[in-house]
Amino acid sequence: MNGVMEEKTNKKVNQGSAKPEVNKEGIKKEKANNIIEVSDLNLWYGSDQALYEVSMDVPEKQVTAIIGPSGCGKSTFLKTLNRMVEMVPIVKTSGSIKYRDQEIFSNKYKEEYLRTKVGMVFQKPNPFPKSVYDNVAYGPRIHGIKKKEVLDQIVEKSLKGAAIWDELKDRLNENAYGLSGGQQQRVCIARALAVEPDVILMDEPTSALDPISTAKVEELVQELKEKYSIIIVTHNMQQAARISDKTAFFLNGELIEFADTDDLFQNPHDKRTEDYITGRFG
Amino acid sequence: MDKGLQSEGKMIDVQQMIEKNKKKKSFGERIERIIPFFLLLCAAVSVLTTVGILFTLLRESIGFFSNVSLFDFYTGTSWSPWSGEYGVAPLIGGTLLITLIATLVAVPLGLMSAIFLSEYANDKVRRVIKPVLEVLAGIPTVVYGYFALTFITPMFQSFIPDLGIFNALSGGFVVGIMIIPMVASLSEDAMNSVPNALREGAYGLGATKLEVVFKVVLPAALSGIIASIVLAISRAIGETMIVTIAAGATPNLTFNPTESIQTMTAFIVQAATGDTTFGSTIYYSLYAVGMTLFIFTLVMNLIAQYISRKFREEY
Amino acid sequence: MLGQNEQNIKKRMEGRVAINKILMVLFGLATAVGLVFLVLLFYRVLTQGIGYLSLDYILNFPAPYPEEAGIYAGLIGSVFLMIIVAIVSVIIGVSTAIYLEEYAPKNKFTEFIRVNIQNLAGVPSIVFGLLGLTFFVYMFNFGYTLIAGGLTMALLILPVIVVAAQEAVRSVPAEIKEASYGMGASKWQTIARVILPAAIPGILTGAIIALSRAIGETAPLIIVGAATAIYTLPESLLAKYTAMPIQIYNWTGRPQEEWQYVAGAGIIVLLAVLLIMNSIAVLIRNKFQRRL
Repeated sequence: MNGVMEEKTNKKVNQGSAKPEVNKEGIKKEKANNIIEVSDLNLWYGSDQALYEVSMDVPEKQVTAIIGPSGCGKSTFLKTLNRMVEMVPIVKTSGSIKYRDQEIFSNKYKEEYLRTKVGMVFQKPNPFPKSVYDNVAYGPRIHGIKKKEVLDQIVEKSLKGAAIWDELKDRLNENAYGLSGGQQQRVCIARALAVEPDVILMDEPTSALDPISTAKVEELVQELKEKYSIIIVTHNMQQAARISDKTAFFLNGELIEFADTDDLFQNPHDKRTEDYITGRFG
Repeated sequence: MDKGLQSEGKMIDVQQMIEKNKKKKSFGERIERIIPFFLLLCAAVSVLTTVGILFTLLRESIGFFSNVSLFDFYTGTSWSPWSGEYGVAPLIGGTLLITLIATLVAVPLGLMSAIFLSEYANDKVRRVIKPVLEVLAGIPTVVYGYFALTFITPMFQSFIPDLGIFNALSGGFVVGIMIIPMVASLSEDAMNSVPNALREGAYGLGATKLEVVFKVVLPAALSGIIASIVLAISRAIGETMIVTIAAGATPNLTFNPTESIQTMTAFIVQAATGDTTFGSTIYYSLYAVGMTLFIFTLVMNLIAQYISRKFREEY
Repeated sequence: MLGQNEQNIKKRMEGRVAINKILMVLFGLATAVGLVFLVLLFYRVLTQGIGYLSLDYILNFPAPYPEEAGIYAGLIGSVFLMIIVAIVSVIIGVSTAIYLEEYAPKNKFTEFIRVNIQNLAGVPSIVFGLLGLTFFVYMFNFGYTLIAGGLTMALLILPVIVVAAQEAVRSVPAEIKEASYGMGASKWQTIARVILPAAIPGILTGAIIALSRAIGETAPLIIVGAATAIYTLPESLLAKYTAMPIQIYNWTGRPQEEWQYVAGAGIIVLLAVLLIMNSIAVLIRNKFQRRL
């Protein structure tokens, strides 16, 4: 398994060499490349602190993976980026998150607006109990797009974007609940694509899927990064190594290490990162 | 995907359209702010209903008690409004007699049904019998009244020759039949929520089903069972049509179930259908009796809620 | 010694098993009592009423002679009544449920509304009649009219609808709510486009069951003055009216035996209407249960 991983990551080094040099220090300098900048983020559920002083800059049009043992705060962190975490009423935050240089915690910044820019795909496929078409058209519709021809175009484009158009083009009026789990998840991705967001957050999107569906979604993620910045939480280190450009390792609510994926997996700087990726961790 | 990328140029820009629509959105935002107020208003209706009930019962009762003293009302033993006697005891007595008979019918039958359904019947039997039993609770009370008057009373008369046409026995009996499903269903729920691990522990010691029922299930489910009985009693106290039709209109302080009596509810119906002028003492007496009835049922409901909250088993 | 002991245990065991068997039969019989009375009731009503049941009976107004009497006025009156009750109680009930489940802050006032609704459900229906008499008949000066009866009944079944709607709203999976908020939908958009559509089967089922309770209610209608003898159909909300259970009550109270048969026929019609309503509720439930 290790061998396979190395091979894959090596391939990515070659790909990556064409891009401008980005490393932990470099990011700060090339500000134009960061789409989301998190600084000193703390988060509490009631009196329990779940995130400690997290600072992290997310690069544009790349795949950023977030790994760590369960309960380490990686999902919480992801949901903070589009303020979904505030659905839990007792959540309090401090610190700053800037999306394209705008503070998202500012009172003037509407979370509805933020979420059209920062879309989300959830752990369990969660289509609405509506037709495939209505699922994908949901986002555009709630934002006031009503024309049938426009919606038709958006639905087709989004389903193509999620690589499921060919499978579903004749079943657009079927209830999405009748699809397989993998199809459902790709419809959910299409639904997120429909409003053409800037960033897509993915919360363990393959954890409920079988291996074949997982492979399809992973392939899709690779394609999507041409147009979108993707942040993906995964419990699966091999997955992070396979699909991400950068990887962040969280432990007990702290960001331990954030680096290029190959770097992080091959030369972890922190002992705890090393322990985790080599499996020497509880 | 490649195709999607290529055609991107002539494709519509969704974000731009959203941006454009955002400016029109102030209407939507206004709705967003108005809706919670509208919903709160609707939620307030139920509170207003309670306030209205208390207000009307209190105000008209106070009107009544300016004519008839509270003391006479609650201590008098003769109820004859048309000749000016307002001692509520016979009506309360009638209500209690009916409730007692109904409880004697419904509690044993309801509990035994609950035990049968929860412990003895298999899934298939339970799934058929439970809904059928619940049909009993859905039958309009006027139909029960008809049944009591035209069937149960003649049937009882063949055993008890001097049973009157109107009598507390048939009325109470049929009220009891009506509340069986309440006792059975709620008690069965309580027994079902007793975890199987407790039962298995007893079976493991060689207990028979019956011993498990009496030594494990019933004690564990006791609070739910009592709550169900209290609720059923409350229902019997407030029951109107059966007793109006079958139990008579004779305010009568007696505990002889073969006699005709009158309950609080039956009096309210009688006075409302008669030529009661608005503002007369009889009109106000409706509310004084209604108030008494309301207090009885409220106390019962509060007891039931208290029991099920206080003793909620947490397994 | 040991053998003796074992024999005793065996003997006692047999006794315990026998008692278990006997009581099991007893419990079964007790369960049967309720069912037997249900069958008896249906049998009795059918045999008494079927002779008087005919198309004429359904299309005739009340009449002084049993042979000519019919339930038309009551049937139509009940239908009109139910339309008012359905509109008022479903709008208010579902709104209350949405408020409690989605908007209400977790504070004392919210808890008070909840407990209040629970208590309202336990108030005897005749007390609601007194409420309607004070407010709708006299204070709002509607008199003994359709609207007074309809509003009284709507308040009576409101708690049932609220509880059913709350359950339906609560059973919508959190995941699809999240999905909607995650798309940038506002609270009301999420409620209107995701939560309500998903909850509608549950709400409908609960509403129909509540309405079927209302359609058989008699006592509050007597208090708010449903008439017994009506020879026209109500033409407005402020018209006098009657309802099926009122007619049945009226006929049951008459001394001549024939009227009992007329009442029996009325009960058959009433029960048929109830059966239809409940079947619709079951159909809706079965049709949509698989979906979520």
